[in-house]
Amino acid sequence: MTALPDFRTSRWAPLAALLTTSVLLTACGSGSTGPGSGSNRPQSGGTLTFAVGSDAGCVDPQQVGSNESIYSVRQTVDSLTDQDPETGKIVPWLAKSWDINADATEFTFHLRSGVTFSDGSELTAQVVKDNFDAVPKLGALGVLAQGYLSSVKSTAAVDPLTVRVTFKEPNAQFLQATSTHSLGIESSASVKKTPQRKCSDGVVGSGPFVLKQYVQNQSITLAKRTGYAWGSSLWSKKGEAYLDKLVFKVVPEAGVRAGSLQSGQVDAISSVGKANEAALKGGQVTLLRRANPGVVFGLGINNSRPVLKDAKVRQAILAAVDRKQIADTVFPTGTKPATSVLAHTTPDYTDLSSDLAFDAAKAKALLDQAGWKAGGDGVRVKDGKKLSLAINWFPNAGTNQPALELVQQQLKDVGIDVTLKQGQVSQFATTLQGGDFDLVWGNVTRSDPDILRSSFSTRLANFYRLPASSLDTALSGQAATTDTAKRRQLVDDAQKLIVRNAYNVPVVELQTQLGVSQKVHGLAFDSGSRIQLHDTWIG
Amino acid sequence: MRRYVIKRVAQAVGVLWAAYTVAFLVLDFLPGDPVTAMAGAGMDSGDVDPARLAALRHEYGFDKPVLVQYADYLGRAVRGDFGDAVSTGRPVTATLADALPQTLQLTAAALLLAVLLGGGLAVVATYTSRRWLRQLLLSLPPLGVSVPTFWVGLLLVEAFSFRLRWFPAFGNDGPEGLVLPALTLAIPTGAQVAQVLAKSLLTALDQAYVETARAKGAGRWRVHLRHALRNASLPALTVVGLLVGQLIAGSVVVETVFSRDGLGRVTAAAVTSQDIPLVQGVVVFGALIFVATNLLVDLVYPLLDPRIVVASDRRASFV
Repeated sequence: MTALPDFRTSRWAPLAALLTTSVLLTACGSGSTGPGSGSNRPQSGGTLTFAVGSDAGCVDPQQVGSNESIYSVRQTVDSLTDQDPETGKIVPWLAKSWDINADATEFTFHLRSGVTFSDGSELTAQVVKDNFDAVPKLGALGVLAQGYLSSVKSTAAVDPLTVRVTFKEPNAQFLQATSTHSLGIESSASVKKTPQRKCSDGVVGSGPFVLKQYVQNQSITLAKRTGYAWGSSLWSKKGEAYLDKLVFKVVPEAGVRAGSLQSGQVDAISSVGKANEAALKGGQVTLLRRANPGVVFGLGINNSRPVLKDAKVRQAILAAVDRKQIADTVFPTGTKPATSVLAHTTPDYTDLSSDLAFDAAKAKALLDQAGWKAGGDGVRVKDGKKLSLAINWFPNAGTNQPALELVQQQLKDVGIDVTLKQGQVSQFATTLQGGDFDLVWGNVTRSDPDILRSSFSTRLANFYRLPASSLDTALSGQAATTDTAKRRQLVDDAQKLIVRNAYNVPVVELQTQLGVSQKVHGLAFDSGSRIQLHDTWIG
Repeated sequence: MRRYVIKRVAQAVGVLWAAYTVAFLVLDFLPGDPVTAMAGAGMDSGDVDPARLAALRHEYGFDKPVLVQYADYLGRAVRGDFGDAVSTGRPVTATLADALPQTLQLTAAALLLAVLLGGGLAVVATYTSRRWLRQLLLSLPPLGVSVPTFWVGLLLVEAFSFRLRWFPAFGNDGPEGLVLPALTLAIPTGAQVAQVLAKSLLTALDQAYVETARAKGAGRWRVHLRHALRNASLPALTVVGLLVGQLIAGSVVVETVFSRDGLGRVTAAAVTSQDIPLVQGVVVFGALIFVATNLLVDLVYPLLDPRIVVASDRRASFV
């Protein structure tokens, strides 16, 4: 009895530990990319086991936004169109062809006949209408798909195989949006289920694979759809997929994923970081890499802050960042320094590398011109005020902190004092909306240059508080034209305006890196740096 | 005895309520809510319409005053309804019920291993008359307690899965998948069992009744196991009760390293996505298991040592 009290006082400690552990745990995400192709003679059959790092808790392609979930659920649905990852061109898939009116407000799709969903129902214009009518009603997870259809006026079934989508305002990006998994077409019966049911039970699609089993946090198993005959025009194999089965295992620990691939317990893994590259080299493993299209990782500037209203200060920051050093030191091998505000894999990207060259002398000169004189402690001063800025960042990728510490050091070298302010991942949107920030670190993946409009047009949310300018004209113009040459020109103008006015500080392109066993062939990236497994085979 | 039981049960309920409330308050202090968490996590989403977020927040009731939300949740929780997880739309109770068997399997196996390994170590260390061996054995538990579970897990996977290929590195499939995670969890736990048991065994061996037993001619093993161990096991039993909570907390790390489904993974996911209903469910559930185990331990004490109830009742009557 004498020994008891000692133990009893500390008995609630583990409970407290449980509470604290729960609360202290924070999000950790990461990206991945790359191309790969096969040799020998392709053969059918077999199972591909793919280890991914996380499970979004949802198997509805229209609702998920996390790459790691998109890899699997993407295979269960087809889209109206597909996008060539090489050229960015939109090509037929479920839609044989389409017409767009001159001001890009009306999109008419002519559907392929003979397409069926895995529940036996047929693809008709009405099914597509049911899908597009339901998407805006999706829950919290459906933000991606909802955004693509945000200004939709109506969707109409013109005849059994013709569907017309009408928008309130010009919306050129919609064509590319129809190629994404977010607007993948599900059967009418599936669409009528609640978003929650679709999330947990899965959906009925017309894709080359069918969901067999979903065990949350554990695995997603897909089986080949027999009789499949309506693949994207981009795929090399006609008809059914090669593989019989796809098993996606959720393996959160990066080291365990790498070891499992190395020891042959899985055939492919996602999100290979710099730390695991060495372990995978030399083995029977290929690393596949591709830069994510969209707005590159960089510093979003609050252009309404008095200090940052001065273009010279912004341009000085642009010149003071040594992008190559950051890409080489922090990010996985092959990561490219930013050469525009868009990644080079985005359609209509313009190479502006000369504008983004590292030039500390130029940065210092610009700051001198702006009236910021070198102070005693190395930090520049103007009217008695120090040149101090804060960068808000969120732990959604392991590379964020080391990258920003380098940025901090580089800016310090030209006399800008930078503090790093870490927030919760969930604060990201609120921080942007609230506008209480100097600089914010982030990126946006999207394989259409219209992403520039959502990010930088003053007519939309205008998170970065830009002043109205000719940039708006270029951004609205590209959204309202279906003339590809004209659109290209306008997107080119917009990139130059953003970079030369330093409305944003592009830093590095996010790269998706996958590890794939050498016996896996034909596993390649799609235009969004995600994967399509129809043409994949094992041998 | 009845009074003793009632008091212990009342304490348990109080702890559950406190755990629930603390979790709620802490979550409330965190900025954001599941809806913004989702919009933020899908940073790929680019333009998030603030009006749409507000509408969703309203739908889930996150725009109500804190006290109203608290009362709402608590009222329903008392009736066993924890609502639906925001991230998946599945009922919280169903999510937990699915995860529970996996974690119970893991923690039960780990506890068993911990008691066998830790208990065995303590008994052997205190029995041996070789000084160097005793020193060596007794230096193991502090080591076991201080190495990070995460690291131990990775070492075991590296050795027994990637190199020797004896056991799978991940998953919930079958007993072979249970070995490495259970062992990982059992190392720090067993070390604690060993520390406590060895200390109380050594104390017990110095007691007069041990001398008496020896004087009566009992063999060394008999004295060690029948007399000393029985008395020394009481503090160790308390520790075991305590360790169950620790094992459940440890499952967050171990289930992540070994990619096992279970309460730990659900907890990690729920916290990451700030899924308030799910976190609430996890906390209450975890506390429930913890409290139930300790209640059980409390109820077993009097069986081992009847003086405990007497002491407890007497103390209660003085108040």
